[in-house]
Order: sequence, then C-alpha cells, then structure tokens
Amino acid sequence: MSEQLMNILFWVLVVPGTVVLGLVASWIVRKVSALVQWRVGPPLLQPAYDVMKLMGKEILVPQEAQRIVFLAAPLVGLVGVLLLSIMLWRITLSQTAFMGDIIVAIYLMVLPSLALILGSSGSGSPHAAVGTGREMKLVMAYELPLILAFVVVIIKAAGSVGPGGQLSLAAIAQQTPALSLSGMLAFLAALLCVQAKLGFVPFDIAEAETELGSGVLMEYSGALLAVWKLMQAVMLVALPLFLGMVFLGGFHATLPAPGHVPFFAAALLVLAGARLLANRSKLMDVLSLLVFIGLCIWVGLGKYVLIVVLLILIKNTNPRVRIDQAMRFFWVYCGGALAAAVVLASIGYWWDIRWL
Amino acid sequence: MSVKIWALKKSVWVFHVNTGACNNCDIEIVNMLTPKYDVERFGIKLVGSPRHADALLVTGVGTEQAAIRLREVYRQTPKPCAVFLVGACACGTGIFKGGYHVAGPVDEIIREVDPDAIIAYVPGCPPKPEAMISGVVKVLSAI
Repeated sequence: MSEQLMNILFWVLVVPGTVVLGLVASWIVRKVSALVQWRVGPPLLQPAYDVMKLMGKEILVPQEAQRIVFLAAPLVGLVGVLLLSIMLWRITLSQTAFMGDIIVAIYLMVLPSLALILGSSGSGSPHAAVGTGREMKLVMAYELPLILAFVVVIIKAAGSVGPGGQLSLAAIAQQTPALSLSGMLAFLAALLCVQAKLGFVPFDIAEAETELGSGVLMEYSGALLAVWKLMQAVMLVALPLFLGMVFLGGFHATLPAPGHVPFFAAALLVLAGARLLANRSKLMDVLSLLVFIGLCIWVGLGKYVLIVVLLILIKNTNPRVRIDQAMRFFWVYCGGALAAAVVLASIGYWWDIRWL
Repeated sequence: MSVKIWALKKSVWVFHVNTGACNNCDIEIVNMLTPKYDVERFGIKLVGSPRHADALLVTGVGTEQAAIRLREVYRQTPKPCAVFLVGACACGTGIFKGGYHVAGPVDEIIREVDPDAIIAYVPGCPPKPEAMISGVVKVLSAI
C-alpha cells in the first residue's frame, strides 16, 4: 500500500477507531469487574447502548449554571483526550514525532480533569461543588508524582540518545525503563496516578456515587453526559497507551502478515460466535474475553492489555479512600519513592549502571 | 420503534427514591444488583443522580415531607422516563392509609406534576426481586 493511502486511511480511521476501542475497553472494565464479583455482567454492546440512549435523552441545564462553560466543558475534555490519542497512534504507527512531544502529552493529559473541574463548578450545584473541590485536590496530589515518574524515564533515556532527544516520545519508546529498579518504581507510581486520573475506585473520590450522588457529573444529563462517558472511554485507551510507550518500550505495530490472515479471521469468527452464544453460559463469555485478549496481543497491544488488567484488578480489590488519605498517599509515599527513583536513575546514568 | 426507544430499552438506569419506606423494599432493590439476580446483564444500573436516570424506583408511602422532594426529583429526571412504585405502601399507601402524615398515594403525587407519566406498580411487602424484574420487563414491552 502506498504511503499516501496509508496516511488517508489513518486520518479517516483514527477517531472512530479510538472511540470504538474505548467503548470495548469500558465494556472489558465492567465485564471483568462482574466476573471478579461472580456476576454475569453486561453484554458487549452495553457501553454503545448507553451512549446511544443518552444521546436521545433530554438535556437539562440548571437555572444557576454558567451556560457556556457547562455546555462546552465536556467537548473540551473529549477533544483533549482525542488529540492525545491521535498523537500516540501517530507516533506508534509511523514514528513521526517532534522534539518535546512528551511535554505536550503531559499537558493534554491534564485537559480532561481541567474540563471536569470547569464543567462541574459551572453547574451551580452544591454536590458538584464538593466534587470539584475533591477533583482539584486530587489533580494537585497526583500530578507531581506523575511528572516525577516521567522525569525518571527522561533521565534513563538520556544515556542512549543525543542531547535533547530524550524529550521525544519516539526515542523514549525505543527502550524499556520498567526493566530497571528506578524505572519499575516509576512505572508502579505512574500506574496509580493513572488510576486516579481515570477516576477508578480507590480514587473515585470526586465522583463518589454513594455520598455525593456522582459528584462532578451530577448535573449533566442527556447528550452532555454521553460526551463525558465517551471521554472516559477514550481515556481508557489513551492513558494505558501512553504508559506503555513511556515505561514498557512502546507498541511495535506488527500487523499480521498475509499468511496469517486465515488464522486472524478464524480468531475473529470464534470471538463473534462466542459473543453470540455468551448468554447461554459463562464459559463462552470467558472464552470470548480470552480470544479478544489474544487478538490484542497478536497485533502488538499485549502491553496495553496488561496495563488495563492491572488497573481493573486494583479497582476491584480496594475500597474508596478519603481525599486526605489520597493526598498523603501520593505526596508522601509515591513522592518519596519517586524521589528515591530519581536519585537512583541519576546515579545509574552517572556511573552507567543500566539496572539502576 | 425509533432508535431512541430501542436504545432506552437496552440501558435503563434507575434512581432510587425513598419517600418514607421502612427500608424493606430498599433492601430488596439492592438485592437485584447481587450476583444472584445481577440486573446489569440487562443494562440496568443504579445511578446516584436523578439527572442520569431513566426510571425512578419509588418506595414508601409518600409522606407530606417527601412529596415535595418527589415532585422535584420527577421534574429533574430527563424525559422520557418511567416511574416504578415498589411495595404495597408506594402502590396504595398500604397500612398507612389515612395516616396524618400521608400525602396520598405516590402515583397521585406524580400525576400532579405530569398527568401522562408512565407509572408501573410492583405490589408486595416487600416485593421479590423477581417481581421487580418482571415489572421492568412489562413496562419496557409496553413502551
């Protein structure tokens, strides 16, 4: 296929592809949570049904809301994560990168939380206001360890590329910092920060359904809520991809060779058949999940699956923490571990010890 | 059947309103989410805000205090939405009929706000989770 055709295909497919992958990922989150709790769980298309239903519902805007902020915030958040995921796909698939793109990515990663804070504070509801306060504190808590974790990676990368080159994601994705001591520490801390960024359970303090009535999203209804749900779904694609590129050595797009196509088609057929029969037995459900994970590993997304599964397991085995516990956790424990990791990485760089 | 209604049937998010119930029906509602019944199979999910809801699960007799809030919650629920009256009290005030604190059967309170509201009755004291699920199925097939 010619270069130009690939380019056109990329730009046509990237946004719908990311959204579809995000919806599938959010189904996996719900399904695996259900299997962990020994339930059956929702069908494959459930996230799509939810979004379609919300699109058809009435949009209520509270009387005291700042209309423009309230209406624009979900779109800003969605555009932010879509931009981030386009950047990551572009770097993964065609190695096009520019100097300092990791800094752009860090900024784009803040956009969803920022949009959430703006939208909920614009909605003029006391519950949302409490949620906004918590979200702000949470952002302040996890941004510092997250950036420190990236600093560790940048120090690790400095050994192998030219001056300035360590700020480019394509260069960082060439190596695997998680195989060293400081890199492993940074990866684990960044994983927990991403858990908080996604609003997953130990850190779902801002959305706290039982006490705040879904907190930051409380006043949103209809299509606006659907945009928030889409944003959360796309974040489920973009953030694990980013973690995989920074810490685990990136995704090398190994699309199946022509000889593999029959196997690939057979695997897809098994997946579709298992999904069709899934209502009859749990075994078919588990089978289809396994086939799906196998397909992901086949096209080079195995690291993505690993990160998502880690996130889901942390989500399902922990109760919600209070905001002060979360701040102490991120600043004292994660911050301390990462300060140690930065020192280790610097020592390793100075005396050229790779495993530090 | 339009796409809108079709998608609504596939994903019903419910909000639980207690208008002075004795907590028996409420426990049975939570029971629907447990592994034994697992209504998430059908896309039914309990949500924390009436603005996210497609159906209100109302329990309790509808006291004078709660009636004001119930009307407000119904107004804040984006339409189209359905109302499920769960338990003998909600269906017709039960043993509290004529009590000094009773604002009337819950369906009348809701009809004051919206005469065309879709209201389903699930009687019982408390109703079994199977009865509630069958109520949901009946309403969805009637829409």
